[in-house]
Amino acid sequence: MKFSTVMSPHLQPVNSVDRVMLQVLLALIPGIAAMTWFFGIGVLINIALAVVVALLAEASILGLRGRPIGSTLKDLSAVVTAVLLAISLPVIAPWWITVVGILFAIVIAKHLYGGLGYNPFNPAMAGYVLLLVSFPMQMTAWLAPIELGSVALNEVDWLKLIFLEQLPANIEFDAITMATPLDSVRTQLGLGRSVPEIKTDSVFGLLAGKGWEWVAGGYLIGGLWLMWRKIIGWQIPVGLLLGLGLFASICYAIDNNQFAAPSFHLVAGATMLGAFFIATDPVTAATSVNGRLIYGLLIGSLVYIIRVWGGYPDAMAFAVLLANLTAPAIDYFTRPRVFGQKA
Amino acid sequence: MLKTWRFHGGLRLPAHKNLSAHRPIVNAELPKQLTYPLQQRPGVQLKATVAPGDTVLRGQIIADSDHFLATPLHAASSGTVKSIEDRIIPHPSGLSDPCIIIDTDGHDEALPPEPVEDYRLEPAATLRSKIRQAGIVGLGGAAFPTSIKLNPGPQRHIDTLILNGAECEPYITCDNVLMQAEPDAIVQGALILMHALQVGDGIIAVEDHMTEAFQALSAAIEQSRDRRLTVVKIPALYPTGGEKQLIRVVTGKETPSGGIPADVGVICQNVGTAAAVYNAICRGLPLTERVVTVTGQGLKQQQNMRARIGTPISDLINQCGGYQDSVERLIMGGPMMGFALPEDDIPIVKATNCILAAAGSEVATSKETRPCIRCGDCAKACPVDLLPQQLYWHSRAGNLEKCKEFSLFDCIECGCCEVVCPSQIPLVQYYRAAKSKTIAKAKEAEKAAIAKRRHDFLLERKAREQAERAERSRRKKEALAKLKAAETATEGAE
Amino acid sequence: MILIICITFAVFGVILGFSAIYFRVEGDPIVDKIEAILPQTQCGQCSFPGCRPYAEAIAAGDADINQCPPGGQDGVEALADLLGVEAKPLNAEFGEEKPKSVAVIIEDLCIGCTKCIQACPVDAILGSAKMMHTVIADECTGCELCVDPCPVDCIVMEPIPEDLNNWQWPEPVKKYA
Repeated sequence: MKFSTVMSPHLQPVNSVDRVMLQVLLALIPGIAAMTWFFGIGVLINIALAVVVALLAEASILGLRGRPIGSTLKDLSAVVTAVLLAISLPVIAPWWITVVGILFAIVIAKHLYGGLGYNPFNPAMAGYVLLLVSFPMQMTAWLAPIELGSVALNEVDWLKLIFLEQLPANIEFDAITMATPLDSVRTQLGLGRSVPEIKTDSVFGLLAGKGWEWVAGGYLIGGLWLMWRKIIGWQIPVGLLLGLGLFASICYAIDNNQFAAPSFHLVAGATMLGAFFIATDPVTAATSVNGRLIYGLLIGSLVYIIRVWGGYPDAMAFAVLLANLTAPAIDYFTRPRVFGQKA
Repeated sequence: MLKTWRFHGGLRLPAHKNLSAHRPIVNAELPKQLTYPLQQRPGVQLKATVAPGDTVLRGQIIADSDHFLATPLHAASSGTVKSIEDRIIPHPSGLSDPCIIIDTDGHDEALPPEPVEDYRLEPAATLRSKIRQAGIVGLGGAAFPTSIKLNPGPQRHIDTLILNGAECEPYITCDNVLMQAEPDAIVQGALILMHALQVGDGIIAVEDHMTEAFQALSAAIEQSRDRRLTVVKIPALYPTGGEKQLIRVVTGKETPSGGIPADVGVICQNVGTAAAVYNAICRGLPLTERVVTVTGQGLKQQQNMRARIGTPISDLINQCGGYQDSVERLIMGGPMMGFALPEDDIPIVKATNCILAAAGSEVATSKETRPCIRCGDCAKACPVDLLPQQLYWHSRAGNLEKCKEFSLFDCIECGCCEVVCPSQIPLVQYYRAAKSKTIAKAKEAEKAAIAKRRHDFLLERKAREQAERAERSRRKKEALAKLKAAETATEGAE
Repeated sequence: MILIICITFAVFGVILGFSAIYFRVEGDPIVDKIEAILPQTQCGQCSFPGCRPYAEAIAAGDADINQCPPGGQDGVEALADLLGVEAKPLNAEFGEEKPKSVAVIIEDLCIGCTKCIQACPVDAILGSAKMMHTVIADECTGCELCVDPCPVDCIVMEPIPEDLNNWQWPEPVKKYA
């Protein structure tokens, strides 16, 4: 009897990119649910928009490059990029912000470098930074959490707001927007108030901003689930949180009027999202196990430095992109010792 | 309890050993034809010592060579040599090579055995020579000549013998059932090997789930009353049965890269090899049969069979009831490192430990290969602590220098990296191709250097011949001129 | 100020000049490196009488790096790497890359004229006048210089068959470049 010959190993692979990406999307659900609860369905509209545009953009580029479209789109990497970008944007951002951002992320930051696995920079963060630098006004208009008395918008209002940039007749733009907690701390410190004073403002809840801390909690739960499923290792999240936490603790110990508590920094802004979902992007992170720890610590420290002394209230995107630059060097210096060889 | 160490990486694989583990060894029926490939190892071609038409007896040497890595081949049953012709050999290339074909006569007559009275009275060199003459090679799969392994040379001091009973690949159970069926042979074989090596420490390593084998071996050691031998259980982790990894687990020592276990004072032998050594020395029987696991969901029945070396695989399959409709691939060896065979008329050889007729559900039929996402899972799984990712990038680019920098030849091709890769990249294929190319390039460079030397010598020779010719013609001219001068002088004088 | 700069440059110029003469290395190492990459077939397809003259020509800039068919595209790329230039495709004017072959003399036809022995650049043919000639297969580089001189056309080039000793693991089929 004749057989076809294939090379060893013959066992079925235990994992696939599609499954990894799907589990990342599932892990984002708690955080997104919290965001919808506290800020309305705007985030869902943004996500839907981003995903559709991302898939269309990727399909077009794959067609231009002569690559198989169906099987490549199935790997869900474009969907993950789209979702991560969409949830990083302000929920009331107009539709064209999302579209420009995601087009840049997919076409330029990902496919122009060669597609999945070849990009040196995190595409979602590259898109975010492009938007932040080019359209600062739209990118700093954040919605206030519903519980803080802003007027609730219904579905139609949301669609009109995002696609037509129109608010319902009786609502003023300024009435619904509010600075993020990080932004508040920054501006108020600049005005000469001390951190304990600022913390008594209505914006703040238990650890950080009202509503925002629940979102961070959602991402934390999702991230821990990903770690349990071994989709992401512990090195980058722990490194990032440790880097940020240690740095914040030291400064807080030196002067707790000028510097916010580490618990604030760990919960506020994009820390949890970044630690578990953005910095852990395997393509752009360091590869070796020790290298990842260093990479995480680097991002954590950079986030703190930029937040406190840099020009932007939140720094996750910049920190991640800067650390992406160093990933090859980190890999070079953390090569493991081969079995049977001297170090 | 002996202490055990750990090596980096490795995978816990679903064992599938229950398919064949719990049945006793079945003696395979004598095949009608026995086939013996003459190429033993790359570069070692045996010469047939019989011709078509000769009658042979079981245990008679039918091929041998002067090459130091050669071991003689013995006929596994009595019969007549039908021919020496090209047949497809059990090799991943699927190429054909000269083989000795023997038609068995069914009588199974054997040469009278020549056992050694008391091996303890024999010097090591005699034992090694007997082991070589019995045709014993490593039965774990690598088929390295045992007599050579037992002779590491005066530079290396050996203090431990390890018997490898850790069958780490899924499906394979031949060593496990052998340890349960013939523990005395294995223990005696170990003692013979220890005597030949002059070592005082012997360790038999079995995986932690092999409780019956552990008990059988412990009982046999008790009976032998030899305190130098111990059995130890080690965690079942693939590829702990790999020689270098096993030595690390049992002794904590790391075999140096590019070196051999003897460099750290250890010699490792498969338990089947030990039993074969016992048979050769104490019973005078050369290596003519071995236990083969014939398994896989693609067969109607799965069992361990004691088969004659040279038996066609189709014979063994038929004795297991034949194929199921779902059979997809025929693999010689285990699912991680075995190679697929193009047909089943191929004979088993000394290195065959398993025939796996895999159903479609048991093997990867199509892989959805994607670009590398740099997740690093491969490096986490590598038992040699290499960077499979870097090896992949560089072998894909054809950058063989960089591959060498990342220790390509330290790769044991275990397949752990390929199985965990989420992008399902055929990593081991890249490494094998890169290794082949590197070896081929080195051979070419050697040939080119020789050609250059010959060419340079030719140029030199031609230049020399020309110079000699010029010298000769100059002398002739001189002589002629002298003659002419002498003639004109005499003419003038006249 | 300008004077100081001029004097400094002059001093360094003198030092460089001295070093160029004092530390001069005999021979031209780049030629050796180029020659080490060439396959030593000595066939002359590159239009030079051997691999060393071709290497010297490349080093002098008189020849391009893609004229050697036995070296193949791999050879061109290795030369490109060494010299730091762009790799180009093998120049078909100088021949095609063929699978490696060895010359075989059909003994029934050989007349013992020694013309092929004189043509072989590596002395791989054994024989003498009126005696049987034979090619030492291990030393034959496949240059084909013996084929034409034979007056009875008794030399053929046979490709080296793939057997267990030269079989290589195949490369995986790369889906994308």
